Amino acid sequence: MLYRLLRLIRKELQVILGDKKTRIMLVMPVLLQTLVFSFAATLEVRNATLAIFNQDGGAASADLQQRLSRTPSFSKLLPVRSEQEARSVMDNQEALVLLRIPADFSRRLAERQTAPLQIVIDGRRSNSAQIAMGYVSQVIQAYTLERGVHPSSHLLSRNIYNPNLDSKWHVLPSLVALITTIGCLTVTALSVAREREEGTFDQLLVSPLTPAYIMAGKAVPGILVALVQGGIIVSMAIFGFGIPFSGSLPLLLAGLTCYGLALAGVGLFISSISSTQQQAFLGVFAFMAPAVNLSGYVAPIENMPRFFQVLAYMNPLTYCINIVKGVFLKGYGFGDALPDLWPLLLIAFGTLSLALYMFRRHIA
Amino acid sequence: MTSRPARPRPRASEAPPAPAGGVAIEVRELLKRFGADAPPALDSISTWIAPGTITGLVGPDGAGKTTLLRTLAGLLAPTSGTVRVLGQDPLTNAALREQIGYMPQKFGLYEDLSVQENLNLYADLRDVVGEARVESFKQMLAFTDLARFTERLAGKLSGGMKQKLGLACSLLGSPKVLLLDEPGVGVDPISRRELWRMVRELAHGGMTIVWSTAYLDEAELCDHVRLMNEGSLLAAGTPKDLMGAMQGRSLHLTKLTAPRRDVLQRALRAPEVMDGVIQGDQVRLVLREAAQRPDLGPIQAGPEATLVEVAPRLEDAFISLLGGGPGGDSPLAEVTRDVELHADQDPSAVIEARELTKRFGDFTATDAVSFRVAKGEVFGLLGPNGAGKSTTFKMECGLLKPTEGQALVMGIDLKKSPSAARQRLGYMAQKFSLYTQLTARENLEFFSGVYGLRGAEQRLKIDEMIEAFDLNPWLSQRTLDLPLGLKQRLALACAVMHEPEILFLDEPTSGVDPITRREFWTHINALAQKGVTIMVTTHFMDEAEYCDRIGLIYRGKLIALDTPDQLKHGTATPDCPDPTMEEAFIHLIQAFQARLDEVAS
Repeated sequence: MLYRLLRLIRKELQVILGDKKTRIMLVMPVLLQTLVFSFAATLEVRNATLAIFNQDGGAASADLQQRLSRTPSFSKLLPVRSEQEARSVMDNQEALVLLRIPADFSRRLAERQTAPLQIVIDGRRSNSAQIAMGYVSQVIQAYTLERGVHPSSHLLSRNIYNPNLDSKWHVLPSLVALITTIGCLTVTALSVAREREEGTFDQLLVSPLTPAYIMAGKAVPGILVALVQGGIIVSMAIFGFGIPFSGSLPLLLAGLTCYGLALAGVGLFISSISSTQQQAFLGVFAFMAPAVNLSGYVAPIENMPRFFQVLAYMNPLTYCINIVKGVFLKGYGFGDALPDLWPLLLIAFGTLSLALYMFRRHIA
Repeated sequence: MTSRPARPRPRASEAPPAPAGGVAIEVRELLKRFGADAPPALDSISTWIAPGTITGLVGPDGAGKTTLLRTLAGLLAPTSGTVRVLGQDPLTNAALREQIGYMPQKFGLYEDLSVQENLNLYADLRDVVGEARVESFKQMLAFTDLARFTERLAGKLSGGMKQKLGLACSLLGSPKVLLLDEPGVGVDPISRRELWRMVRELAHGGMTIVWSTAYLDEAELCDHVRLMNEGSLLAAGTPKDLMGAMQGRSLHLTKLTAPRRDVLQRALRAPEVMDGVIQGDQVRLVLREAAQRPDLGPIQAGPEATLVEVAPRLEDAFISLLGGGPGGDSPLAEVTRDVELHADQDPSAVIEARELTKRFGDFTATDAVSFRVAKGEVFGLLGPNGAGKSTTFKMECGLLKPTEGQALVMGIDLKKSPSAARQRLGYMAQKFSLYTQLTARENLEFFSGVYGLRGAEQRLKIDEMIEAFDLNPWLSQRTLDLPLGLKQRLALACAVMHEPEILFLDEPTSGVDPITRREFWTHINALAQKGVTIMVTTHFMDEAEYCDRIGLIYRGKLIALDTPDQLKHGTATPDCPDPTMEEAFIHLIQAFQARLDEVAS
């Protein structure tokens, strides 16, 4: 029976690789998404506009302005001259952050007194504005320290695992998990639906292959696709973007394989309840969107209400992201990854059993 | 038959003279290509269609019927040539569209809308409003007998009712020309008669009707036919004229004592014989043009055997135009071993259904069906759409689990040990279930592989199939691009490579041309001679004639089980002393329905 299973897998790969369009569809989006996510969908703030309402005009205020203009976050400083103008630049989203330097700023600094400043941020763009505010306060803090004004306490921060807080370090490893999800799910879910549409599925069912073998024959190519796509992104991350790879490569492959098994179960379950490729496609999306949102990639799981936390811990993507990030940034070995590996295997067992049950039921 | 030589493509030299009463449709030198390198879908067609007639566009899939209809409807622009419908160009003349009713294949209905909603939609599209709308709805519903079902979703109607609704929708707005694309497909003989009655009535009302079909027996009912093949027009005329030209060439070989399959095989070797099929207990032969009757000696049909002239069929004319049928020898037989059953296997019950029952909720699709099929027998399952034929078939080959009863193959219950039993089955379905993205060779490799053939044995078997089905020129082509007839051959090759003892065939020849169909049955006959047991479902009545026995399924029950000839004789009445298979089919179902109605009242 093993030989027949290998035959089935080979056929599946011939179908996938034999068609030029399918080949392109499996590789091109991976390249595009990696580029889009790394360059366009970053969480950092760059090239933003900072409005400055300088009521002071002293040397210190000019100095501070100078420093702010040198950060890569703000490519443009927008001078504002009146209250009305300050209001209108914020209203019209001409600036992300407004810094107001009061008239006594230089004098107070010179006298080594605490010198209050006002920052106005645009709550409509809360995320990036807060990040921008962080940059501004860092610059100000550094400047005032230099000038000898010591606040009562002072935080010294050090970023571990990602010293420069480069968002690519966070995005690319997560992307390995995200993008392989699409590849593996569509390959498993759509291939069964396509066979059903073309009538070849009945042909498989009347052959000596049992439903479990047929499922295995569909799952393995899905996992292989996941591994190849994952490999492409990992290579791009390491060689293209210089992200450090500190952990074990076999662990990464093992993690992706376990994740592939869990996904194949989901994909096969979707295919067992859909009779057309269109339905299967919608099923894939119905799984994808919540899976990404509940994975901890977009928002921390700890922030979610209890019910959604439970869902997040049933989500295979959560564990896969943990493993990939761990391998890249934290130098994970098998021992470190165990708390993420066993849940993945458990989920894989669950989804595959459910899919097998649905398949058998379908024949009855 | 091993290598089918490239035939010169025959075609009608020119259109017959147009009738005195003028024409409703005229095409001249119509050429249509999809893509610059593609072979023409329509190859310089010139013909006309007379007003107030039913004209059949007849030919197998890929003949160009749909392309021609769509061009007439103004949905496709011809590559070159002219098209005139009611004297105008349908492509540029938008007003003409209101005069044309077009019913595409697959109904063109919205399955998730009710009957009434479909009618409303088409009425809106055709701008039928006010008094005329109310009036035409009433008329259509009475005409189609769908008034009771206006609230039902179109998707939930039977095949026949869907076609009637499709027809009703295309008739809204009272078109002068009605184009029907294969309205008879997937419709059982009873519904098909209904449909013909309706269309006949319309033609009497002066409407011009173009009816495309792959069934040549159906085409005999048309006023005019245009025989098409591979984009060319083979012949044009009335069925009577075309069949008349075959007068004297169609014969029955009756009173056989030798097995009829062997007789057919030997008869087809005679140089005088152009074509032959099995017709119940007899063999039906068609002679070559101007040929003498063949010498019965070498045919060895039996001492009593005689040749009797019978009425020609349109199919005879079609095959004659194509240059004759294939021979009767199957190269597949040469590479197939005789089936030897296990000693403990009862040869009279290789396939057996015991009180087979399948319920879906409240609905009983198959109701206590029992039959036994003996070794080497060809057993046909017939029945109207939705009668339970497919459900029974699927249970017997293990695709559905029975609710009650047993489906046995070679004494093994498919419910209990499916895998072992399945190794000995072959299966071929309507759509030829091939992997269209793979090449022909990859398909052969895959299907032999899943049945456990490997190494030298596998290579030998694949080579034998390539030889027997003459697949060599096509091996590295994607299956999707193969012509239909080749797909059919390849599918059969894939189904029999592991030398199954039982072969399940689910409407195996829908849509293929009559020559490919004959080739197919030559192989099936040869396999039966080797002892392979065959179960087949079909809508083609001439295919039913090839069966040793036929089970007729209606309302989930097996209402008749006998040889084709016994079924026909059993339904003979003074009005209809010699019924055809189709008449027997209709008679049996109507008689059963009448009994049901009696019990109900």
